Amino acid sequence: MDHLSSYLVLSAILFSLGLYTVVTRRNAVAILMGVELILNAANINFVAFSKFVTHNLDGHLMSVFIIMLAAAEAAVALAIVLNLYNDRGHINVDEANALKQ
Amino acid sequence: MIKLALFILFLPLFSFVFQIFSFRRFEEKKGEWVSVGIQFITLILSLVMLGMMLSKSDPNFSLELHQSWLDLGIFKIDLGVYIDNITVIMLVVVALISSLVHLYSTAYMAGDVRFSRYFGFLGIFTFSMNGIVLANSLFMIYIFWELVGLSSYLLIGHWWEKESAANASKKAFITNRIGDIGMFTGMLIIATVLGTFNFQLIGERIHDGMWAANAGMLFGGIDPHKLLTVAGVLVFMGAVGKSAQFPLHVWLPDAMEGPTPVSALIHAATMVAAGVYLVVRIFPFLTADAMATIAFIGGLTAIYAATIAITQNDIKKVLAYSTVSQLGYMIMALGTGAYVAGFFHLVTHAMFKGALFLASGSVIHAMHHGLHHLNDHETDPQDMRNMGGLRTKMPITFGVFMVTTAAISGIPLFSGFLSKDAILAGTWAYAANVHDGWLAHFHLAWILPVFGFGAAAITAFYMFRLIFMTFYGEAKQPQIFRHIKESPKVMTIPLIVLAILSLFFVFTLPSVNPISDHGWFTTVVQSPESAVTTGPAFDLEHFEHGMHEAHVPAMVTSLLVAGLGILLSVLVYLLNKISAEKLATKLGALYRGSYNKWYMDEFYINGIIRPFLKGCNALGRFDLDFYDHYLINGWGRNTKRTSKGVGMADDLIVDGAVNFAGIIFQWLGWTLKFVQTGKIQNYLIFVLIGAALLYVVNVF
Repeated sequence: MDHLSSYLVLSAILFSLGLYTVVTRRNAVAILMGVELILNAANINFVAFSKFVTHNLDGHLMSVFIIMLAAAEAAVALAIVLNLYNDRGHINVDEANALKQ
Repeated sequence: MIKLALFILFLPLFSFVFQIFSFRRFEEKKGEWVSVGIQFITLILSLVMLGMMLSKSDPNFSLELHQSWLDLGIFKIDLGVYIDNITVIMLVVVALISSLVHLYSTAYMAGDVRFSRYFGFLGIFTFSMNGIVLANSLFMIYIFWELVGLSSYLLIGHWWEKESAANASKKAFITNRIGDIGMFTGMLIIATVLGTFNFQLIGERIHDGMWAANAGMLFGGIDPHKLLTVAGVLVFMGAVGKSAQFPLHVWLPDAMEGPTPVSALIHAATMVAAGVYLVVRIFPFLTADAMATIAFIGGLTAIYAATIAITQNDIKKVLAYSTVSQLGYMIMALGTGAYVAGFFHLVTHAMFKGALFLASGSVIHAMHHGLHHLNDHETDPQDMRNMGGLRTKMPITFGVFMVTTAAISGIPLFSGFLSKDAILAGTWAYAANVHDGWLAHFHLAWILPVFGFGAAAITAFYMFRLIFMTFYGEAKQPQIFRHIKESPKVMTIPLIVLAILSLFFVFTLPSVNPISDHGWFTTVVQSPESAVTTGPAFDLEHFEHGMHEAHVPAMVTSLLVAGLGILLSVLVYLLNKISAEKLATKLGALYRGSYNKWYMDEFYINGIIRPFLKGCNALGRFDLDFYDHYLINGWGRNTKRTSKGVGMADDLIVDGAVNFAGIIFQWLGWTLKFVQTGKIQNYLIFVLIGAALLYVVNVF
């Protein structure tokens, strides 16, 4: 497991799973989970490139930032989801298409 | 001293601001005493200046302070203050008369509808008059010249409900404007040639030959000396208007519609003397011809106005014509070169004529009260035919009238004798010294002393006529007479002060010689040398020699003619030896001419104003029927037609293009809106497809 490629494959799998979740699920909370997967895939990429290519801690640092950002994003998104639920009684994204009008 | 002068200049302006902006707020709370106080402060300040000046006793003393006001690059206009002995004396005269008039007005104007406004206008008048006195340049004098014109207009029209007062104020303003046009043109000629308005610089530059060098070049080869004459006479036109000289004198008698204290301050003592003051200031650069013109206008005015004053029955009208006549004297004196005498007469005249007007105001005030008691609003309180015998009822006013009448008639021991005598000696010397030029033909110059002595005799006659009709004889209206009483103290005190200042020794101290004007005045005021170098100019040395020779014969003659005038007046009006009515019928045309002011107003109305109005109406009709109808409206119609065509082109072509663009985008939007589902997941798929496309494009 010392090769860059194995990390990249892992992250690609994670990204694909996340993307699949985001695109297919109707439940907003599930979509948020998908987004977390995508972000973590990016994290793995950062750390892997940092370890095998640049040999410094820049990538690690960036992934810490991303984790923090993911937390903040989840807080905001969950607040929006809560409001959506209060407003409509459900959290189905395909029915939340008020932007269309 | 400059600081003091600036205080004197601006304090009355403060009085104006206070009275106008506090309006009625202080009216019941004796707000007028603020203005009176301010005036007395300026009086004290100016007396301090007089004291400083007298302790120097230097005839050439002068101070100047100036500040750039308008800088046009090649041409600069400075505003500033110029102080010499004449300025200081004028400041004292203005401050003195103004403060006494303020004091007097507190009683005379009591209960007036626009009481605080009246005091405000007195303030702005005093400010502007001080501005004229302190001005260091023609330009600054012109600014304040218009300001006194304005305040005069406002004060003459103080009772504007009366149509005659409203008309009189307009007449004064417009008549003055005619003179001012000349003055402004003259100023511009001088500034064009010399590049400055400053009195001192004008004198220096003319003296250094700048006029001779520049004038011909700038004005198409005209003789510089002639141009200087023209410029001098044009500037003098301003004085003709302001000092009510023939033929622009018509406004001054009408100006008597204003309140009497105003007549005393503005139309007797100070503003009308501004014209004389202007001639004093431009004296050094007047050519001999310009001076002759000035002398003849002054002489004509002196005799002309005096003949009118004989037959007037309105007490203020008599004094008004007497003022015109005395102003003519001053102008004539300056024209003949009797500089000191002219300015001396200005000062003495300010005192005794101020007193005469205030005293007549006192009489009118009393008459008014009498009429008020009787509820009589028909009888004219100013008509001397309704007076008579007032001397027992109003002893103080009578005494003041006697003293000041003696002064104006030129009786020894009074100030008027000294100044008038000096003027007459001046005209005598002038006539005796003319040997060549147009004035020598038929001894033309001797007209001036004849006018002078004639006016002196007539003045003595009509002034004593006024006294006899007002104060002697029997009361012509006994029921009014019963209610007449002496005016309050605030009115009589200014009278007494001015009467004392009409005594001769006031002006001759430290020497006390009733027939010689030697004293502090002649020490500090001395005739300037003429700066004119381009041709015949005033010859000071020669003239003073002639004046010295003419002194005694002139004095004897003037005493004789004045005595003659008084004697005739006594015979006609006091002793009734000669009937005035018979005399009037016997003189027929002369009497009617004098009574109707030699038909000057009629001449103006029928000869100038009516034809002018007719011309204006004709031009107006031309404007309306031809110019407006065909040119302006025709142009309008054409424009309308053209606009219509242009409008259609606009609708079709420009708007069409714009709308076409709009339609395209509308269609595009309508087509593309189906892509926008509003579902986030759809958008995400579009992003994926886009990313995939980019990848494909990059790889292959």
